[in-house]
Amino acid sequence: MDLMRRTLLKGMGSTGVLAAALAAGVLRPTQVFAADWNKAAFEAKDFAGALKGIGVGSTAESKDLLLTAPEIAENGAVVSVTVVSKIPATSSISVFVEKNPMPLSAHFQFANGALPEARVNLKMGQTSLVKVVAMANGKAYMTQKEVKVTMGGCGG
Amino acid sequence: MSMHRREFLQVLAAAAAAGMALDAPELLAAPGGATAERFYDVPRFGNVHLLHFTDCHAQLLPVWFREPSVNFGVGKAAGQVPHLVGERLLKAFGIQPGSIEAHAFTYLDFEQAARTYGRIGGFAHLATLVKRLRAGRPNALLLDGGDTWQGSATALWTQGQDMVDAAKLLGVDMMSAHWEFTLGHERVRQLVDNDLKGRIEFLAQNVKTADFDDPVFAPYAMREMNGVKVAVIGQAFPYTPIANPRWMMPDWSFGIRDEDMQKTVSEARAKGAQVVVVLSHNGMDVDLKMASRVTGIDAILGGHTHDGVPQPVIVKNATGQTLVTNAGSNGKFLGVLDFQVSGGRVRDFRYKLLPVFANLLPADGDMAAHIEKVRAPYVDKLGEKLAVSEGLLYRRGNFNGSWDQVILDAMIEVRGADIAFSPGFRWGTSILPGEAITFEHVMDQTAITYPTSTLTTLTGAQIKAILEDVGDNLFNPDPYYQQGGDMVRVGGMTYACDPAAAMGNRIQDMRLNDKPLAADKSYKVAGWAPVAEGVTGEPIWEVVARWLRDQKTVRPRQLNAPRLIGMDGNAGIA
Repeated sequence: MDLMRRTLLKGMGSTGVLAAALAAGVLRPTQVFAADWNKAAFEAKDFAGALKGIGVGSTAESKDLLLTAPEIAENGAVVSVTVVSKIPATSSISVFVEKNPMPLSAHFQFANGALPEARVNLKMGQTSLVKVVAMANGKAYMTQKEVKVTMGGCGG
Repeated sequence: MSMHRREFLQVLAAAAAAGMALDAPELLAAPGGATAERFYDVPRFGNVHLLHFTDCHAQLLPVWFREPSVNFGVGKAAGQVPHLVGERLLKAFGIQPGSIEAHAFTYLDFEQAARTYGRIGGFAHLATLVKRLRAGRPNALLLDGGDTWQGSATALWTQGQDMVDAAKLLGVDMMSAHWEFTLGHERVRQLVDNDLKGRIEFLAQNVKTADFDDPVFAPYAMREMNGVKVAVIGQAFPYTPIANPRWMMPDWSFGIRDEDMQKTVSEARAKGAQVVVVLSHNGMDVDLKMASRVTGIDAILGGHTHDGVPQPVIVKNATGQTLVTNAGSNGKFLGVLDFQVSGGRVRDFRYKLLPVFANLLPADGDMAAHIEKVRAPYVDKLGEKLAVSEGLLYRRGNFNGSWDQVILDAMIEVRGADIAFSPGFRWGTSILPGEAITFEHVMDQTAITYPTSTLTTLTGAQIKAILEDVGDNLFNPDPYYQQGGDMVRVGGMTYACDPAAAMGNRIQDMRLNDKPLAADKSYKVAGWAPVAEGVTGEPIWEVVARWLRDQKTVRPRQLNAPRLIGMDGNAGIA
């Protein structure tokens, strides 16, 4: 069963299916990551540490790594972001919230030519850069966007 | 008699200033002047015609509305449209000082000019203008940018029904929205699915279900006009669940969604649209940025920021250009955009933002009857005279308005607070010196579905955090991170503001009774319009009405506005 889940995830092309599976309770994030939980990366207290945890030293900015995120979060507790990598042979995508106590929020691995797309709900306590790092052929690529977390009210 | 109409009107204004009683229609019809018909005689151009109003805020009757004297831009927006006020605005658009247009577009000599030219807007007068323009523009579309179902007592008490029926009678074809959502998602759904069905298209490409990003409303509508396929894409206010209570629309997610906008434009083009316009509630600064990033849009007809912009801003982008307009508020203006389309694309355009002067446009009988009918059950309550205002009361301005000062003063006195906060809304009508303030006028400033007044204890550090947060929503150098609206109005305490500074550094020198606020000391702060669910208390209009009844006569207010740092010479400050 666990193996099947891993295979399913690793081979999954559609983020919609992944999101649906998560939402439907078929898969729990803990199960998803249970197989190869990277404790050092997920528990790192800053971005540099988390980056090191996933084995990345330096990154290059890439326009082929597309991050869709709101400019201002409607609800800091659930900030939905989508990542699509158009970099050939992308093998993983990691999503970081720079100012979270533990910045690494999600790490996706893609195998066997799976389309490197992911949607993830982030929890953000304050305005921060959301950073995305993709690995392809041993190189690390990065893009980022600021997401503002505000008290709200007063508009209009 | 070859006196130009503008010169003639200037003479009239001078005569009015000298104390002559004037009646605008008679004067405009006088020898040498233009008739009212000529004032609204906008020759047809091209073959695609769009009529646009926005942000009427449910003002069914003609009102006074003073444009801002403080509306500055920061960063790249400094000194640019729409951040021009007074003479700077007149100069930028070649409008004659002292003219009727100058009165429509600026605050200059507001009281005197208002008495000369009379009230603006009113749906019965707007209806006459719409009919007149439609008569010369076959198949013209009437587009409503939203903020139509909120802003008056009757809209609140009928849950928007008075405005929905008025919009149908007016012949609105398509609309987008913002404050409409504060009637609650169920009421919006009910009105869209029933009342508007088959009559008015409710368009919003950027409203999706919060769970799976499914569209909630139609993103766009396509119509064939005089042989040309025209697509209208709706863009609701992107930050509705942030600026207003999220619990009122919990299942819907908004946002700017540039990428989705680009996809929608491309889809409409692929389906044969030769003209693509966006009916937008983004606010003008956001529209200007969007026009530079999203390609294939011929025009963005904008609202939200309530900027009365006489001519479009032309924005160049990767594949062409996009016109960006903004059509003011409170029923004051009707935008007329004509496109000449041939060979499958727009070749040329004409635009005019027509001020709606009630004295120059006879009331439409059907609309007048509708308005009378919806007001009838409430006439006595609306008409209660609470006090007489000695000074001019208005709201618009980045930091404060005299009407907001009344609300702040009332809150501090009635609630026994040290400090008061009042939201920086841009809607709300004006009152001329010597006029009675009625209960209806108070509702014009306060009629929202979450009107609770509050009294809370906040530390100096919390007060600073709130002011910084709101300040960034207004002055963030990137318009995509702004929310529109103005700075929260502050009573009791003074402060300094450096709008161009980074968040955290804009608010300085906060003082109460000349003594600096202490970060860890607690203060009693009155406010209203909480976005959190379940806050209970007296509606703000009761607090203000009670205070006004006690005052009987309201002296001109001393405006509490921050000391500005680094804004010298900004074209957005009078």
